[in-house]
Amino acid sequence: MDDIKIKGTPKTPTVNFIKEEGKLEIKGRSIPENSIEFYKPLIDWIEHYSASPSDKTKINIQLEYFNTSSSKCILDVFKKLEAVSGDLIVNWYYEEDDEDMLEAGEDYEAIINIPFKMIEVEEI
Amino acid sequence: MISFKGDINTELLDAILQVAERKLIQIEKTAKVRKRVFNILVECLQNLYHHIDQIKFDDREEIEKPSVIVVIARTVRGFSIITGNFILNNDIDQLKDKLQEINEMDSSEIKSLYKKVLSSGTRTKKGGGGLGIIDIARKSDDKLEYGFIPFDSVSSFFSLNVKVSS
Repeated sequence: MDDIKIKGTPKTPTVNFIKEEGKLEIKGRSIPENSIEFYKPLIDWIEHYSASPSDKTKINIQLEYFNTSSSKCILDVFKKLEAVSGDLIVNWYYEEDDEDMLEAGEDYEAIINIPFKMIEVEEI
Repeated sequence: MISFKGDINTELLDAILQVAERKLIQIEKTAKVRKRVFNILVECLQNLYHHIDQIKFDDREEIEKPSVIVVIARTVRGFSIITGNFILNNDIDQLKDKLQEINEMDSSEIKSLYKKVLSSGTRTKKGGGGLGIIDIARKSDDKLEYGFIPFDSVSSFFSLNVKVSS
């Protein structure tokens, strides 16, 4: 299977899903009108990945903004990841003082059965 | 700060967002407030975009895409994000109930409602599953102000004012 490498736009995030490294990264902004279209290939990729995943899978979510249409899709991404075997960790990045983004991460942490690590950074 | 009235399309929404973001950086130094205003604006604009029904006004033959309004204003306490659009009279009760329900909640109740709707798996055809208005209320620190002005036998004008303190 091929890795996913998508360059970010003002409305969609940068995506890097690297199978060999077990590294899944979504960063930037996710505010498209139709998120389902954008996230469908990512969810399909994880489905394939779960057939032969790395021992360790690291998921880095580093978002500056996301809309509610994306929030359901991000949940779908996490739900698919719950089925991946091995060690999993979600690194949820948020800008300092951005308590809304921190809370958003905590919402997912409460719903999803994967360990989360909240990481404060100066700028996303 | 910004006001717009007319027909909307994706390009226009993007342009409004771009201008708003630039202006916010100039006038609001607290990143948290800027982000809240921007987030609310994104949701409000996408609500407009998704719920713009093709309405046939009473006195006209053709079915047309009615105008919307968008205003982002600096207020004494912070910011106001005001949007207005025509909606079908049949949809008013449902929308009114939802807004009333949210306005009666405190911030922790809104937060739990958000989580509940997010995890419920329900999904509207636009993908948000009805989260938009809950998220708007969550990021605003005041009650939602809204009104319906009857227009003709099928439609009314709906306006929403979302406030953010700075």
